[in-house]
Amino acid sequence: MAIELKMPALSPTMEEGTLAKWLVKEGDTVKSGDILAEIETDKATMEFEAIDEGTIGQILIAEGTDNVKVGTVIATITGEGEDAAPTPAPAPTAEAPKADAPKDEAPRKAESGTEQLIVKAKAAVADPAIPEGTAMVRLTVREALRDAMAEEMRADDRVFVMGEEVAEYQGAYKVTQGLLDEFGARRVIDTPITEYGFAGLGTGAAMGGLRPVIEFMTFNFAMQAIDHIVNSAAKTNYMSGGQMRCPIVFRGPNGAASRVGAQHSQNYAPWYASVPGLIVIAPYDAADAKGLLKAAIRTEDPVVFLENELLYGRSFDVPDLPDHVLPIGQARIMRPGKDVTVVSYSIGVGLALEAAEQLAGEGIDAEVIDLRTLRPLDTATVLASLKKTNHLVVVEEGWPTCSIASELAMVAMEHGFDDLDAPVTRVCNEDVPLPYAANLEKAALVDVQRVVAAVKAVRNRG
Amino acid sequence: MAKAPARASAAPKKTASTPTPANNREQPRDPVPYDATPAELEKFYREMLLIRRFEEKAGQLYGLGLIGGFCHLYIGQEAVAVGLQSALDGDKDSVITGYRDHGHMLAYGIDPKVIMAELTGRAAGISRGKGGSMHMFSVEHKFYGGHGIVGAQVSLGTGLAFAHKYRGDGGVAMSYFGDGASNQGQVYESFNMAELWKLPIIFVIENNQYAMGTSVNRSSAEDQLYRRGESFRIPGMQVDGMDVLAVRGAAEAALEWVRAGKGPVLMELKTYRYRGHSMSDPAKYRSREEVQAVRDKSDAIEHLKKLMTDAGIGEDKFKDIDKEIRAIVAESADFAESAPEPELHELYTDVLVEQY
Repeated sequence: MAIELKMPALSPTMEEGTLAKWLVKEGDTVKSGDILAEIETDKATMEFEAIDEGTIGQILIAEGTDNVKVGTVIATITGEGEDAAPTPAPAPTAEAPKADAPKDEAPRKAESGTEQLIVKAKAAVADPAIPEGTAMVRLTVREALRDAMAEEMRADDRVFVMGEEVAEYQGAYKVTQGLLDEFGARRVIDTPITEYGFAGLGTGAAMGGLRPVIEFMTFNFAMQAIDHIVNSAAKTNYMSGGQMRCPIVFRGPNGAASRVGAQHSQNYAPWYASVPGLIVIAPYDAADAKGLLKAAIRTEDPVVFLENELLYGRSFDVPDLPDHVLPIGQARIMRPGKDVTVVSYSIGVGLALEAAEQLAGEGIDAEVIDLRTLRPLDTATVLASLKKTNHLVVVEEGWPTCSIASELAMVAMEHGFDDLDAPVTRVCNEDVPLPYAANLEKAALVDVQRVVAAVKAVRNRG
Repeated sequence: MAKAPARASAAPKKTASTPTPANNREQPRDPVPYDATPAELEKFYREMLLIRRFEEKAGQLYGLGLIGGFCHLYIGQEAVAVGLQSALDGDKDSVITGYRDHGHMLAYGIDPKVIMAELTGRAAGISRGKGGSMHMFSVEHKFYGGHGIVGAQVSLGTGLAFAHKYRGDGGVAMSYFGDGASNQGQVYESFNMAELWKLPIIFVIENNQYAMGTSVNRSSAEDQLYRRGESFRIPGMQVDGMDVLAVRGAAEAALEWVRAGKGPVLMELKTYRYRGHSMSDPAKYRSREEVQAVRDKSDAIEHLKKLMTDAGIGEDKFKDIDKEIRAIVAESADFAESAPEPELHELYTDVLVEQY
């Protein structure tokens, strides 16, 4: 029986890829460890190795084919003594059902609760900060972040990028791809795995007059460095009576990633947003990622810039401007509406937009606000919307306790109490460490249906 | 090992040493005591005396309730900051330290009035009263604080060195920390990067023998702290921190190495603090006799005074200097007591630089 070779998933989020090149041909003998093909994901080109010994029977997907779904049979291998040629070609699809396959209740592939976080929703209205008629280019969030750093590095020699695997590896998540080639090892610096040390080094370099961009592979590892972010960077200007500035950007992915368990899946936004002296930014789409990262690098204040791994590969329209910089501290109305205000940030914005679409079909007109900056918080935009809709729901991919949602509920109490027709509601992750098991992970994370249900409940209260 | 350069003076007493290298790697030259001019001796003496009298006054003001919070005095350690900083180039080198920072600021010639006014929390203080004893800075003097978290200044100082190298401005960063901080993890993270990237930094361990109340022997598996850089290939020097000329001489050897682009040096300055860790230290961990013995036998100011006396300076001169210094300190205390507190609106200023 021929062995089917299937398009492999080379990262937790990969759904499809390009079969860039075959390194074997039909009839070749292969053994375990031989490289069969090169496969391009959205992040990198990976080599695909043989696990079994035998002869390449048929190559079913030609090299150069794009968008090959994970699980698609791409070739067959026959074992010793088997005839390679007459094996019938299997259907080249991932989900070809086998009629005689035993019924199996267990999931066939490693699913993730984070799939429910990835929605295709985009802003329904243009960002008023972008001039009308501006041409757009399609960029992934990853590319937008890279372009922001590259543009600022071209403009200002004081700007440098430092972190684990940012240079030769081209970024653990490929956000710094190409920067080493353009700017060299003086300005794109691989560090040892030493977050506390290089966060402190970067902070000291900022005090000494440079403009560091410090990448954390993920913000989970910044816990090792939080002392320098909070005690050294955030407080210096105040403690020195305005003498000593600290213009630094700490950036990297934040929040849940797919099936990586509790220690690698946490939203630190509320932690940093509670600290006076910091700017905290958490963009949703690529245009905001670019415009706000450029602003973060330019400002004189220390910035925590929270990205999201699940969004890195998503494409959005980005203004084709030589210098697209957005104001820090301004929320953006992503979808105007009159019945209820749904506020979110980062990946939660997609859920809010998707929920708003569904609710529109049921006659509820939701206004969706992307906070974009979490400190300083644009309470004016939220309160103006609340005044109009009289209902407030906060969507947050993170724990509910002491969250941005908690803060917004308090803001509504203090400054919008008379506008509330119903209590503020929050839709957050469950209040547990993020579990590994797919079903539990799904249960723990926010999703569109929970947002829809919360909005309906709030509307029914008054 | 590099030989000490020939000096005009007779073979000097060896008051500092580099460790015998465990290999044949190049090491900084053996330091020799600094050959100071009479004017330099007097300058060191004035600076050290100023630190001592200033700190004694700060202790008094603390006792009167005019200084609050934590207040860590530098009494006993004066020769370290004065000896080291006198070797730096004030136009390009940078300095950073922990919370026991008054002495380092005075050694930089920063006005005692604005330091004392910071201690009393007044608007005229160098941090406008918002930093306090542990958080003082003078960007003008390239003095970068004044940091309250034990060990943080080592990573931050490594960043200052990184900035010097990045800009190619020829500057060297000097990062002071204590024997207590020398056990912090980030110190070693910083050592690693500093040597890996050959950053221009001198790591200075002010070993005053006690981390709060825990002696070096009770906290450090390797109590010869100058050896703490060895596994990072950072050369170490152990220096008599009670002898300002030894300190200055060692600083010159270290600076030669660092300015030549050979990477960091670790200096361990053996010193002693006469007062408690902070003002609220009951000092049960050491005897009065131990402190008195150091004062009697090793005091840095008395040692320098003896050198100057031997060089022919008369007692009248010392009396004049003492009077002058007391007047400066009294003036700074009067200023710090009478200067107004910050305006209430200052509560909200300097949180962020920009408006959003």
